[in-house]
Amino acid sequence: MATSTKLLISKPVNIWMNDEPMKVEDTQTILQVARNHGIHIPTLCYLDEITPTGSCRICVVEVEGFPRPVPSCSTFVKEGMKIHTNSPKIQAIRKVIVELLVANHEMDCLYCERNGECELQDLAKIYNIRDHRFLGSKRQNPLDQTSMALVRDPNKCILCQRCVKVCDEVQSVHAIDVTKRGFESIVTSAFGKTIHESSCVLCGQCVRVCPTGALKERDVSTEVREAIDDPNTIVTVQVAPSISVTIGEEFGFPIGTDVSGKLVTALKRMGFDAVFDTVFGADLTILEEANELIKRITENKTLPLISTCSPGWIKFMEHEYADLIPYMSTCKSPMSMQGAIIKSYWAKNQQIMPKRIFQVAIMPCMAKKFEADRSELVNDGLPNTDAVLTTRELIRAIKKFGLDLKSLPDSKYDDPLGESTGAGKIFGASGGVMEAALRTAYWLVNKKNLEHLEITQVRGIEGIKRAKIQLTPELTVNCVAASGLKNARIICDEIRAGNPNNYHFIEIMACPGGCINGGGQPRGMDLEVIKQRAQALYKLDEQYTIRLSHENTAVQRLYANFLKTLGSNEAHHLLHTHYYPRSERRH
Amino acid sequence: MPTKISDILSHFTQGNSSELIPILQAVQAEYGFISEESVYEISEYLNIPSSKIYGVATFYAQFRLQPPGRHVINLCTGTACHVKGSEKLIPVFEQELKCKAGETTKDGRFTLNLVACLGACALSPVVNIDSDFYGNLTAGEIKKILRKYK
Repeated sequence: MATSTKLLISKPVNIWMNDEPMKVEDTQTILQVARNHGIHIPTLCYLDEITPTGSCRICVVEVEGFPRPVPSCSTFVKEGMKIHTNSPKIQAIRKVIVELLVANHEMDCLYCERNGECELQDLAKIYNIRDHRFLGSKRQNPLDQTSMALVRDPNKCILCQRCVKVCDEVQSVHAIDVTKRGFESIVTSAFGKTIHESSCVLCGQCVRVCPTGALKERDVSTEVREAIDDPNTIVTVQVAPSISVTIGEEFGFPIGTDVSGKLVTALKRMGFDAVFDTVFGADLTILEEANELIKRITENKTLPLISTCSPGWIKFMEHEYADLIPYMSTCKSPMSMQGAIIKSYWAKNQQIMPKRIFQVAIMPCMAKKFEADRSELVNDGLPNTDAVLTTRELIRAIKKFGLDLKSLPDSKYDDPLGESTGAGKIFGASGGVMEAALRTAYWLVNKKNLEHLEITQVRGIEGIKRAKIQLTPELTVNCVAASGLKNARIICDEIRAGNPNNYHFIEIMACPGGCINGGGQPRGMDLEVIKQRAQALYKLDEQYTIRLSHENTAVQRLYANFLKTLGSNEAHHLLHTHYYPRSERRH
Repeated sequence: MPTKISDILSHFTQGNSSELIPILQAVQAEYGFISEESVYEISEYLNIPSSKIYGVATFYAQFRLQPPGRHVINLCTGTACHVKGSEKLIPVFEQELKCKAGETTKDGRFTLNLVACLGACALSPVVNIDSDFYGNLTAGEIKKILRKYK
């Protein structure tokens, strides 16, 4: 009957679903067949591409001849099956399941961040739950607020295990599991350690899939609001490359629509004093990182060079692969570079005391909140970043501020840290950092630009993308771009095993597909959506007049007037950092 | 000196995750409980994340994650004892020992367990401390009984 092992050889079978005859493959589950035929079966614990746990039972269906309903997510179709997905009996069962889930639930929906966008609430609505038929005990576990980025409220958890599965199967971090038993059951780290004490890398992929309000980011929008309202504080904001192609989804734009101009207007109306584009910081990162790559290759220094833009990846590496620290690029992430430049170069040009500046970053990422808090990302006593808002927090803030993004006019980012290139824009997709860096690396060694700027081998949503890129007749760079920490682990193990593929350059992003699928982005895990967001970034790259980081004139002026040369002492002071081991391997 | 965890592990196949429960049993048999350190060692040996091992160890009632007290109290909450009011005895024990059911007192003197049935229903409500049984237990006797154990 139900099995979670996928059959290797598929054969066609005849089934009936809701009295409709269908010819389907027996490697499909009842749920998959239903979805392919436009039949909706509700789910709470199921996720595409993840081993079904069958823990919520909301997807049960009736199969004629079977003694009891079966979970459609983990039952494969068989020849002759007569399935009923929505019979009165099934509807009644689903209603009871929801009633029982709700019976133990905290039920402070009006005070919950997920109010109006909660999967449990949606089901309660669909199944017309109108009275408290069952009154169960409520759990009283403490809220885990120990982390800078992630907040866990175990009392709102329905034990669907999506977070556990994503942490295991997508990220291989294994920070959490279901522990204890029965009513006491709770998702925690080993020995009930807090998020802060655990090996959680704060990638936020669990937050993206949590059906209720049990997992969320630490919301700092109030702190940002207070800074804006303080007349003595200059509040600057920078917006990460991927935000402009994802945020529109929540305001009724088609997936992948670039809303940069409207976003800038919204931020200005909200009261930010200067609105900058993190793509500028990305261009800066590319110059420093490409320079580091070429130097390491030509001077026979430690290779491969591993990119360090993704703070979830950095934390993962520090926990589990700290022996790879010598390979890591010393470049700060675009966010931290941009912050350091705002509080030095920009402040100087504007004649503002740097300590009056409150630097906010809009990021697709939860781990960026942790990055902002890192003690080494500080220059002259001031943190590079003062507050990080995720895409989701910004969406809420825009709505709260009463702005309708759709009807706003377009505005431009503020100069000079608003000038950007197509190379920096594609940072938002996995492989983008590598592509941008190789464009500039080619220029660094040949003093001329690549004929075809597109390096398509490192594009796409595959978890591991390998490429050999010829920079000169004598120099071919072996590259690999990995996204999702499970794939990162494969590459890290290769490096530990002596780098048999002889990689020179490695890009790693903690989230599958890169920042367009970051832990701070709108919720959901639809592969098609991620593809469309990536395509939007590559399309924008083609539309840019400048598509090479080293041709960003604002970046050129920054070097000419302030940083002097690539890799100068000034650049090192402001734009480079270091890493340290966090603990032995203890997932 | 108890056997080292690595010596216990050497009796099992490295990387064979199906041996997790026998290993946990062996570690507990040797140490009386499963320490945090031993979980990390088992995790390395079997290549199972420590969060998973913690999940298994907390699922089964047989495993202890804290060292047991010098004296183990098993208070029966089975059907017969329940009918005879064992539920009311739990807070008396907890108050007297200043620890919750399932925990060990701060001074390491007692561990308080609730068990489903001791098989001595004729004596209900009944408590068992080490090898002693106290039947027809009343709340008033508890203080006096506990005083016997140092």
